[in-house]
Amino acid sequence: MKDIVIRVENLSKRYLIGQREPYKTLRDTLAERFTAPFRALASSQLHTTSPNGNIVWALRDVSFEVKHGEVIGVIGRNGAGKSTLLKILSRITEPTAGRAMLHGRVGSLLEVGTGFNPELTGRENIFLNGAILGMRRREIERKFDEIVAFAELEKFIDTPVKRYSSGMYMRLAFSVAAHLEPEILIVDEVLAVGDVQFQKKCMGKMGDVVQQGRTILFVSHNMSAIRTLCENTIWLEEGQVRAQGSSNEIVQHYLEASLSHSQSSDGFVSIQAREDRIGEGILRLKYIRFLDSNLRCTSRLKTGQAASIAIGYSAAEGVRLDNVLVGFTLSSARQEFTGYCQNDISGNGFQGLPPNGEFRCTFPKLPLTPGTYTLNVSCKVGTLLADRLPQAAEFEVVDGDFYDSKLLPPSGYGDVLIDYKWAFDDLHTKDSALPLRNYLEAEGQNQAGNTVDN
Amino acid sequence: MLIEEKQEVAQRYKADLPILVIKPSKGWTTLQLRELWNYRELLYFLVWRDIKVRYKQTVLGAAWAIIQPFFTMVVFSIFFGNLGKIPSDGIPYPIFAYCALLPWQLFAYALTQSSNSLVANQNLITKVYFPRLIVPLSSVLAGLVDFAIAFLILIGMMLFYGIWPTIAILALPLFVLFAIATALAVGLWLSALNVQYRDVAYTIPFLTQFWLFASPIAYSSSLIPQPWRALYGLNPMAGVVEGFRWSLLGTTNPPGVLVLISVVIVIILLAGGLFYFQQMERTYADVV
Repeated sequence: MKDIVIRVENLSKRYLIGQREPYKTLRDTLAERFTAPFRALASSQLHTTSPNGNIVWALRDVSFEVKHGEVIGVIGRNGAGKSTLLKILSRITEPTAGRAMLHGRVGSLLEVGTGFNPELTGRENIFLNGAILGMRRREIERKFDEIVAFAELEKFIDTPVKRYSSGMYMRLAFSVAAHLEPEILIVDEVLAVGDVQFQKKCMGKMGDVVQQGRTILFVSHNMSAIRTLCENTIWLEEGQVRAQGSSNEIVQHYLEASLSHSQSSDGFVSIQAREDRIGEGILRLKYIRFLDSNLRCTSRLKTGQAASIAIGYSAAEGVRLDNVLVGFTLSSARQEFTGYCQNDISGNGFQGLPPNGEFRCTFPKLPLTPGTYTLNVSCKVGTLLADRLPQAAEFEVVDGDFYDSKLLPPSGYGDVLIDYKWAFDDLHTKDSALPLRNYLEAEGQNQAGNTVDN
Repeated sequence: MLIEEKQEVAQRYKADLPILVIKPSKGWTTLQLRELWNYRELLYFLVWRDIKVRYKQTVLGAAWAIIQPFFTMVVFSIFFGNLGKIPSDGIPYPIFAYCALLPWQLFAYALTQSSNSLVANQNLITKVYFPRLIVPLSSVLAGLVDFAIAFLILIGMMLFYGIWPTIAILALPLFVLFAIATALAVGLWLSALNVQYRDVAYTIPFLTQFWLFASPIAYSSSLIPQPWRALYGLNPMAGVVEGFRWSLLGTTNPPGVLVLISVVIVIILLAGGLFYFQQMERTYADVV
């Protein structure tokens, strides 16, 4: 195919664990050197076998192609090799084997605000950061006003950035990055900055870039961003390409794969066999149950009805289970974090628990809009993290009545429903709020007084 | 846009685009001068940043560039000139010392900054690609501003003592370049080593102090007995300082074998430094 812009062939990157140690002192290496005296200084990283065999392949035989104008997503768990891939493609680090061909100028955004200097003003930092990202001076001058306007910082452009709020700082940093115009753009998770509104603006800007026919490689943990921005997605796992194809499909598989280790049958999800958990393990979460208003197990909960999420646990005999904190976060396809429920927040402390049992979180009226939700669970005993499991279980919320009106807000306005009532007040009845009435009367007198004066 | 049209745009677009091939580098890498030239604007901005930030939030600001060599000169004049009666080749001792302190300050600053440069700029190195050589290069060049400011004092002193430069002053830029090359030569080695061994950072203050007294700054190289004097050029700063004195003050002895030896030493150090720096370059982001 002619219009292939990025071609990656068997790209591999090996790290020696020792090499990753941040500081090596001269003494250590002098000792090493004396045992291997004729190894040239420069070839120290070229050992084929490491002395202690601590080799980690951050990437192994990764191959893929990206066409001109394509936006391709890269997903995978932490440590799957996403960042290493981006670092190699942006030439920050060298591959150990394999090759990559990039057709066109490459701009990489592994971080926003790289090289920002707190002492310099916004204006000065735009030039500095622009130059660091590979823009020409004239190019920056031409786009300067646009960059400032996009960041909405006209008033503060001559203030040192150390006086900026973190939001302003991020806006400025992203704004410079967003005006980068290379043919190939490599982006790492930078959209996860700023307030929601600014994020939307950035998404829009990214969309424009796509329209102009640029090729983008985009790494993110935000599945909804991947789905909206990228046609195709590469799924990395343990340094290898696990799958690639249309984003919807791959994201679906990816989410399912995380869940598939949980054995689920109609509202009961066993998480005993899951190994991707972290924590000390003095207490283990065993299963998750979803219960409807009649406390029957179901994988479909109804909006506005009573529902419970139960989490079973077991601990070794004789362990004191005091100050137990149990909780979960909810994510939907649209939003990374929809909710956060933890027992201490709702004021329910757990002391002296038996070694086996079930925690139950009850919603008198389930405040979630229809859709699929994923649960990350975690449990602490005292300050010790006992068990934590990402994407532990999934459940579905189906249409129901929340406001006793058989109506729900249109979709796209948030996953969580807020309980509220509307009322009307004509302000003439005695029961109306008194302070408000006094205020309005005072206003009225003032206006009357003014007219007299005039 | 129609599909054909889109493809056509894509074709035109591609025709003049560079192709970049990324693969493991093997063996000796050559110096990418062309690439360095392409990144000259980044070099400019990094120098500009270092200069801008240098005296931010100080009361005395750029006066620091004068205070340091000036007071060193005063102390040297009192102790070595007046009390120690160190011969100064028939030139008033204060200007004799100051004239040497100028290139010394330039060298010491450039050496310290460039040696720490890769570590200090690690946030850049791990996030963006550019020829790494730009980093120590920019720290060395930023020292020139201080040098220029301190030079004003020298002009004042020359007027005060009524010393007029000879035609030899035309060689001064060469000696400034020489001072910079010396700092860069050593700085390249130390910055690359510093990435891996932080011991280097602790060595530098000691090294510069040691080097100050090993160079003919408080004294003249004519103190060294003749058969050994040329060998003194093995310390390149001896060549730099002698060159400065000759071109500015017109001391009787024009730079001879001593300076020649210094130049050869710097060329060797610089070539080796460039080579070592380039060899290590590929691992900076992983190690720093």
